[in-house]
Amino acid sequence: MAGFGTTVGRPIYGRGPSPGLRFTVYAILSLVLMYLDQRARWSERIRYGLEAAAYPVQVAVNSPAATWHWLTDSFATRNSLRAQNLQLQQHAHELELANLRLQSLEQENARLRELRAALPPLAKSWLIAEVIGVEAVPLRQRLIINKGTHDGVHVNQAVVDGSGVLGQVVHVGPWSSEVILITDPEHALPVQITRNELRTIAVGSGSADELLLPYLAVNSDVKSGDVLTSSGLGGVFPAGFPVARVIGVRREANQLLAQVRAEPLGHIAAAREVLLIDFEPTHPAAPPSSAALIEGAEPVVAPAKTGSPSSESGSTRKGAAKGSAAAKRKNAAAAATPPAAAPAATPPKAGKP
Amino acid sequence: MNTRENLVMILLTSVIGLVLNILPLPTWLTAARPAFLVLVVLYWSTMTPFVAGLALGFISGLALDIFQGSLLGEHALALCFVTYLAVRFHLLMRAKPLFEQSLYVFAALLIYELLLWVVDGWTGRSLSSWLRWVHTATGALLWPVIAGVLGRFHAPR
Repeated sequence: MAGFGTTVGRPIYGRGPSPGLRFTVYAILSLVLMYLDQRARWSERIRYGLEAAAYPVQVAVNSPAATWHWLTDSFATRNSLRAQNLQLQQHAHELELANLRLQSLEQENARLRELRAALPPLAKSWLIAEVIGVEAVPLRQRLIINKGTHDGVHVNQAVVDGSGVLGQVVHVGPWSSEVILITDPEHALPVQITRNELRTIAVGSGSADELLLPYLAVNSDVKSGDVLTSSGLGGVFPAGFPVARVIGVRREANQLLAQVRAEPLGHIAAAREVLLIDFEPTHPAAPPSSAALIEGAEPVVAPAKTGSPSSESGSTRKGAAKGSAAAKRKNAAAAATPPAAAPAATPPKAGKP
Repeated sequence: MNTRENLVMILLTSVIGLVLNILPLPTWLTAARPAFLVLVVLYWSTMTPFVAGLALGFISGLALDIFQGSLLGEHALALCFVTYLAVRFHLLMRAKPLFEQSLYVFAALLIYELLLWVVDGWTGRSLSSWLRWVHTATGALLWPVIAGVLGRFHAPR
């Protein structure tokens, strides 16, 4: 960069602009960058370019771990491979059996809903991506994966693994993208307790093995062992994807809200490969498209928004899903303040088919 | 060794610092991981303030922003300010023995983290724990080692 070159070869103090002046220039530059990144949309383009430049370093940094996995994989003994093969075959049989039942159930479901045509598969297309980096900052739960716009990845795409929901894409580069995990404190996910269909919001705690359900009233029907699935309201995940299992409920007499903790079902800490899914928009369980969600949600959340114009710009920057989730968090908090409010979340109607 | 060779060394060690900064580690270690890149930038801006300086601080900060996915310009601002302090007080700093330098580095790292904390708060990312401050202590403890290692890379003044 030019900044380095200008001072090379003139080591006499006092030539060139003073450190104070240069600091002022750089500080203003950083402030402008921060403002643009927070408010304006086109800074995504700067980020896109910078992420492309960062990709080789990410790959290089990840290479020791990748090499180790490759070595252990290639030196796996024949016996352990055979055992693994057997296990996988058995697993495949179990899945086939479960799938048989699922198909008949789906047909029955379609009949019950009086749909003439058979349902299309929920996932339109999916993509396997490898995790090439984990963001190692306390409280930030992010992954870097090795697929980007060149592979069709887009912002707000759902990221799952075989056992549950992992997160969603926040930034996309040409060959890599950044995934925010459901355990990140900046992430909130509309969920539903499968046992009684009670809806609430699961917020990340900042540690990979815990989610928080901060908007459940003390008298709400939740207990340890309850399974949480996505409710389909956020616009990113379809209804019914497994998310977490409740591991602790604390009710204190002097508080309006119960303190509920849950552990995610997806293997968040150990993920090496993840699935990126595009959903069939015509399927009843699919999340509504973000445009439809914003239009549908507008009249409901409009009163809440008038007070703070910033929340609207936030929703355009981070995409509809997170914006509406944030709006719903507000709603949920408002709804839960009187202790008798039974279902905590009163979300906009657009989500449920 | 002339300034051009020094410049190569500075860039090389900064890249190594960046890699150490973002290398995947077990979760329990990440909180205690010192901010290597910040330490490297601090070292070079006190020892060769006219070669490395605010430009190095700014670019390293941007790199941290990209690799850590934070708000663009956040680390750049914090690191730039700390670099400015280092350049401004480099003569004072150089005259001190290593352990006293560690105290100054500790103060600088606290200011650095404080700026990040303030920006996080302003932009609505205020959810944080005391864990974010741990690296300031480990960084200060590691300073003599960093200074010793980097001291081999540049000519005596």
